[in-house]
Amino acid sequence: MTITRTTREPLTAADLTSIRKDFPILSREVNGHPLAYLDSGATSHKPRVVLDVERAFLETENSAVHRGAHTLAAEATELFEDARARVARFIGARDDEVVWTSNATTAANLLAYAIGNAMPGSPFTLGPGDEIVATELEHHANLIPWQQLAARTGATFRYIPIDDDGALRLELLPEIITERTRILAFAHVSNVLGTIAPVAELVAAAHRVGALVVLDACQSAPHLPLNVTALDVDFAFFSGHKMLGPTGIGVLWGRRALLAELPPFLTGGSMITTVTMEKAEFLPPPQRFEAGTQPVSQAIALAAAIDYLEHWGLDRIAAHEHALGAAMVAGLHTIDGVRVLGAGSGAPRAGLAAFVLEGVHAHDLGQFLDDRGIAVRVGHHCAQPLHRRLGTTASTRASSYLYTTPGEVARLVEGVAAATTFFGRNG
Amino acid sequence: MSSELEQLYQEVILDHSRRPHGRGLEGGTSARSHQINPTCGDEITLELHRDAATGTLVSARWEGHGCAISQASASLFSDVVPGLTVAELTERIDSFRIAMRSRGTIEPDERLVGDASALAGVSRYPARVKCAMLAWVAAEDALAQPF
Repeated sequence: MTITRTTREPLTAADLTSIRKDFPILSREVNGHPLAYLDSGATSHKPRVVLDVERAFLETENSAVHRGAHTLAAEATELFEDARARVARFIGARDDEVVWTSNATTAANLLAYAIGNAMPGSPFTLGPGDEIVATELEHHANLIPWQQLAARTGATFRYIPIDDDGALRLELLPEIITERTRILAFAHVSNVLGTIAPVAELVAAAHRVGALVVLDACQSAPHLPLNVTALDVDFAFFSGHKMLGPTGIGVLWGRRALLAELPPFLTGGSMITTVTMEKAEFLPPPQRFEAGTQPVSQAIALAAAIDYLEHWGLDRIAAHEHALGAAMVAGLHTIDGVRVLGAGSGAPRAGLAAFVLEGVHAHDLGQFLDDRGIAVRVGHHCAQPLHRRLGTTASTRASSYLYTTPGEVARLVEGVAAATTFFGRNG
Repeated sequence: MSSELEQLYQEVILDHSRRPHGRGLEGGTSARSHQINPTCGDEITLELHRDAATGTLVSARWEGHGCAISQASASLFSDVVPGLTVAELTERIDSFRIAMRSRGTIEPDERLVGDASALAGVSRYPARVKCAMLAWVAAEDALAQPF
């Protein structure tokens, strides 16, 4: 998949004006300046329609789903399941393949723990001699669950290393993806580098040896057209709060046939058929993986967020952000002492850039930018191994979304240039 | 630029962050602590050296990396230590912490913490208090261990 081959025009200036009116928070000031929010990679803002849908549900239909015979329960259940179908359509999947979770990290852990619960004879059973593979650029949420699964089962954890530009070293695939590989987990879009994984090549390597492919779609589902069926992956997960939805809602998607074979992780109410004092039988997916009360209003609001995104078009949003990412890299490269992590100018990247400013720690730079109303992320962005490999402990990341303007990117570049003067004085 | 930010990054702080005092470990018979700020990956290893005969602290030495605030604070801390008893240093750490956590309501006592009082501006930035406290917490941890 690439975001450079878009068929439609990016968002226009008029579109941006219209979009920004939908996000109440974007009109606030920070430290006497208009907010320039460049931290959507961490969490996105919510358009008024998403807030309204969640509130309206709580004011009119709020009720427990999948139980109760009363009208509210029936209405709530219908809205909840409609939301599931909406998510499924959004990612090119079947309704019964979408499992609600509380966020992406929970989704990754659900999958890893469910695989770890597989009994002998299950297609998921792991043990010594089996290998789980991730990559060196992963967010900790798509790294630690697999390290831990390997530790619990006796399997071996391996990873695809990156080069100095942060690109996956695909020439090593034949050594790393072998007959022993059972799982390959990787990020669709790097949350630090903004690079887009060569999905087709990785999927082909994994499927050639019968390994399952797990796609971390946290930075792709909100920003690019995503079709899990076309990508031919086996599992995928993402969070609602990064795609204009509320916190507390996430999605695990899995192929129907695989979910059907997967044992549960959390057990309890709402995921069973028959329970005796000795044992329990479980519902089919997705309910098998949804023990206990679910984030109902959040799921319904996520469906509204998806409606909003699709109203503007993911291909147009991707084109808009691609232009912003390119402008960030080009602008930052004009400043002495800036090193943008990942591929250089001109290389395909999503609408984000993480960078290091020589002689100025990311925390100090972030504080300086905040003083000018510019919100960026500083630190390791939950990717310590990636930062270590690229020779730094921390970086500053600016990340955009459909509501980000070229003017905000220009303010970022001006702010970073001003910081070099401020922190460099008498230096 | 806001006056709060000017106050946070006073010249004395930027100077200390660029040319820190007390940097470089000596080893030997010292009390030592390693501290990490997990949110940003900043870390410090700090040693306290004392006179075996009198028990008086002779020096603080440290090694680490982090933001200007954490580096300057470690440098300023190493200026505070020489000549103090353990009880006196503990009092100064406590006093500094109270000021840092005061959200701008309590100034650090210059008689107790010397030039480290220039870190007063940090207390208006709750997210940065941990940066300023890193060396001081390391010293507290070192003191809790047998010399």
